[in-house]
Amino acid sequence: MTKYQCLACTYVYDPAKGDPENGVPPGTPFEEVPDDWVCPECGVPKNMFEALE
Amino acid sequence: MSAAGPRENDNPPEEATVRSSAASSFEAVKVTDQVYWVGAIDWGVRDFHGYATDRGSTYNAYLILADKITLIDTVKAPFAGELLSRIASVVDPAKVDYVISNHAEMDHSGALREVLEALNPEKVFASAMGVKALEEHFHLDGHVTGVADGETLSLGSAGLTFVEARMLHWPDSMMTYLAEERLLFSNDAFGMHLASSERFDDELQQWLLEEEAARYFANILLPFSPLIAKLLEKVAGLGIDIDMIATSHGPIWRKGGDRIASLYATWASGERGDTAVVVFDTMWQSTAKMARAIGEGLTAGGARVKLMPLRAAHRSDVAVELLDAGALLVGSPTLNNNMFPTVADVLTYVKGLRPRGLIGAAFGSYGWGGQAVGQIEDILRDMKVDLAADGLKTKYVPDAAALRECRDLGVKIAGKLKGMVKV
Repeated sequence: MTKYQCLACTYVYDPAKGDPENGVPPGTPFEEVPDDWVCPECGVPKNMFEALE
Repeated sequence: MSAAGPRENDNPPEEATVRSSAASSFEAVKVTDQVYWVGAIDWGVRDFHGYATDRGSTYNAYLILADKITLIDTVKAPFAGELLSRIASVVDPAKVDYVISNHAEMDHSGALREVLEALNPEKVFASAMGVKALEEHFHLDGHVTGVADGETLSLGSAGLTFVEARMLHWPDSMMTYLAEERLLFSNDAFGMHLASSERFDDELQQWLLEEEAARYFANILLPFSPLIAKLLEKVAGLGIDIDMIATSHGPIWRKGGDRIASLYATWASGERGDTAVVVFDTMWQSTAKMARAIGEGLTAGGARVKLMPLRAAHRSDVAVELLDAGALLVGSPTLNNNMFPTVADVLTYVKGLRPRGLIGAAFGSYGWGGQAVGQIEDILRDMKVDLAADGLKTKYVPDAAALRECRDLGVKIAGKLKGMVKV
């Protein structure tokens, strides 16, 4: 599964790990992360993330 | 700029608050019928967390004289007296109803505690992230009310709209729009570090405004360039009419709001030109000789060149060049198996600014270990700089052949730059 990186602060969303503290279980692909989820480091919305090759 | 760096402030403000009879009085400056500037001018600040501010700065705060008298932001802590004095020149400070914190950083929130004691406002507002940030700075025990993106606040005779600007440049950052005056309180966005008695852009020279605005963008906002385009779109999409932009540093954009927004779009686009920046330090002039030969090669190859010896140039000067330079070349001797400390300083700083789309190379003279060039290349690769030529190392003093290689490196980079630049 593709990792996604925050354009604002470089935090990397790893689908294998998810973001359980904020209600996203491990194994959740980025596309399925809720639309109102924000970067846990800096607070910017999903549209500020880009796929990491 | 000496190698030791500037002292933080050579002209600290007076300690007395407005309540002391020894305090001098400060006047508010009228912006519109109901808005006054009540901030502070910091003539002596020369270092802003690593950014050299040779022209000082201002901490802009504003008073809105609506039914609910509202203060937008405060100032850096030592200037609380100046702020309270300017407020008092217009209205009894105890009559202020609301305080809006657009940004939790302490150049704007530093005086908050003192201001809250003097004003005892009904409410303090900040973004959701701002509520958390203020708590983690000042431990105010829940006295701040969070506002959402797009939320409105009635001031009775006027209304405010809050526009979040997360990571421009902090998570808590937001802007506030006053529809009745078509005034956008943009906080750090569109600002600059410039101390002046003039409060409005049309009172100052265009070249000065552009120079300091570019310097501010390069040193503070560059990493967040992708967010700038989105913010400009978001503001355009709100369909609001903006007559003036009241920033938190520097003059108010009374006439030039469109111009600065357009400059921001250009700088945020990351479009690069044909300038090569050669940043270096030297122990015995050998790396400097290499730098000058590379410079000659770049010029011969048709590029524009800026050599930046680090005993003369500051890290924040390098940042400004990286706003639109096409190439970054970094030279360092090897000291005790590592790159020279001044070079490490600048690379750390510019790496954090995340300039995109650069080409570059590393070079340096060495005596035995020679690790500096490899270390520089590692950092340039982390920065996604395209290494357009192999790193160049010379033992001790470069001879004619070595200087020839340096010149050729410059020519090669200049050629690549020409290929990159749109005609």
